[in-house]
Amino acid sequence: MLRVEDTPNYTTAAFSPSLLAEMADMVSRYPEGKQKSALLPILHAVQAEQGWLSAEAMDRVAEYLRIESIEVYEVATFYTMYFLRPQGKYMLEVCRTGPCCLVGAEKIMDQIEQTLGVKEGEITPDGLFSWRGVECLAACGFGPVLQIGPEYTFYEKLTPESVNQLISDLKVKANN
Amino acid sequence: MGRKLLLEHINVPGINTYDVYRSKGGYEAVEKALKTLTPEDVVEEVKKSGLRGRGGAGFPTGMKWSFLAKPEGVPRYLVCNADESEPGTFKDRYLMTYIPHLLIEGMIIGSYALGANTSYIYVRGEMMPQIRILEKAIAEARNAGFLGKNILGTGYDLEIYVQPGGGAYICGEETALIESLEGKRGNPRIKPPFPAIAGLYGCPTVVNNVESIAATVPIIRDGGDEYAKLGIGRSTGTKLISAGGNVAKPGVYEIDLGLPVEEFLYSDEYCGGIANGKRLKAVVAGGSSVPILPANLFFKLANGEPRLMSYESLSEGGFATGTMMGSGGFIAFDEDQCIVRNTWNFARFYHHESCGQCSPCREGTGWMEKVLHRLEHGQGKLSDMDLLVDVSKKIEGNTICPLGDAAAWPVASAIRHFRDEFEWHVTNPSAAVSGNFGLAHYADPLVPVVA
Repeated sequence: MLRVEDTPNYTTAAFSPSLLAEMADMVSRYPEGKQKSALLPILHAVQAEQGWLSAEAMDRVAEYLRIESIEVYEVATFYTMYFLRPQGKYMLEVCRTGPCCLVGAEKIMDQIEQTLGVKEGEITPDGLFSWRGVECLAACGFGPVLQIGPEYTFYEKLTPESVNQLISDLKVKANN
Repeated sequence: MGRKLLLEHINVPGINTYDVYRSKGGYEAVEKALKTLTPEDVVEEVKKSGLRGRGGAGFPTGMKWSFLAKPEGVPRYLVCNADESEPGTFKDRYLMTYIPHLLIEGMIIGSYALGANTSYIYVRGEMMPQIRILEKAIAEARNAGFLGKNILGTGYDLEIYVQPGGGAYICGEETALIESLEGKRGNPRIKPPFPAIAGLYGCPTVVNNVESIAATVPIIRDGGDEYAKLGIGRSTGTKLISAGGNVAKPGVYEIDLGLPVEEFLYSDEYCGGIANGKRLKAVVAGGSSVPILPANLFFKLANGEPRLMSYESLSEGGFATGTMMGSGGFIAFDEDQCIVRNTWNFARFYHHESCGQCSPCREGTGWMEKVLHRLEHGQGKLSDMDLLVDVSKKIEGNTICPLGDAAAWPVASAIRHFRDEFEWHVTNPSAAVSGNFGLAHYADPLVPVVA
């Protein structure tokens, strides 16, 4: 749920010129007057740049698309990919649906929780990681799988060892 | 070995690029369609092919195309449904990743047939890498003159855009997808009007699955009659099956419809049997929404004949002893899997994915999840099974879109076929958490009932 108190002292930096250019390109894909169609791709682009969707950022998107703020909020709260509060730099999203569970997804989530030392939805103290279970990622033949935004890089056939390796690789990457 | 129509060149290095795809006969079907066939001819070929929608519903694609309204001065749209989210299904991701031009070529053929000048591919947002792949393929096709203004000098104009979703299973339902493409919540619309009359922006619209659109390429290249020679009965052509769960060789396989299910599961050409030498307990043959079947009902029909991978044979016996082809998401369960746990998992999925518009689905999926959770965790009652069936009946058929049915069927079928495993969870509460009911009798040969 979207809560105003999640964004108390947050001031949205103006969108970067490259983000604004991307937004203009997205709007150009739809017929005249149907610019609202660009809402979902624009929210993805804003989240990729800012890490999450603050109320201010959503208001700015509404202004840009000449729609009401509520039209942006209702979309951002409906779809699962939009973060309504800050996340770790790397958000590990593990598929938790049936076929992945048949091949060990629950063990992977247990391992991540143990290695990171935080529960589902929480952020590690260094701000680097958060994790959550998500529904079917359409990679059932290659499970267990996880993805990391904003590029949504995919990691397949995970084992507790490979997921630990991934976490330590990401730590190294973040510190360089 | 079946003929490969979609995956024939999947292992050719560089087939994801325009040049290699073209060198393997790519875009010849577009040339044939635009230069030698009228849009009506293209629709006619697809009708003749007998192609049925590969997204799950199995509705004949050519017929769907012929229903499109064509009022003067109103744009028409082709929208590709690439919101692949049905648990067990991953064929569209595979196709878009490895041979994206096949989809682009099919989009051009379909758009031409329908008279659409702007078409959209709605890809689920989690597939960002596939979105980049498709955007690159579109740019390559445009450079080669297959997109843009006056394609191949025929006077036909077409632009294709890729649209990311936001993460919602419901957007695989065509009217929810259209709402989402308009920048709204994915709440399905009440039909009628059908999208063929009033779809995207209120204009006539056709929504087709990735695989259906890709299949129009071999249909136009070889002719609808050739395509219809493959397969069996009203299940013509080839179908991509996503094999997962406990099969030895998970992956995407292209089969001739009509292949015996036993051959598909056990031959080395396909699944290669069950992983780690275990025994098969149950199968979900067409994605999580279709009824689950125990092994002993899966291989043979009531008349003793082998069950085939076809729309008709998989549904033979109705819901009493049959299932459905669905989207071709084939999930095998080995002897160690717990049906109650899996049913709870699927129920949680549908509860999570219900859009909340219709109360039977919004409330019913939540109750099914809660009751299944307590059963799985040893806190259930013997009356819970009847309660679950009752809830599922109150959802089924009482919602705007088929998500309600899709949520009801897995629960109802699991109780229909595995009731003793559910009862065991109630009568052995401590074992329900730590132990396993196991294979039990679900793979035993059926004893014929003598009247």
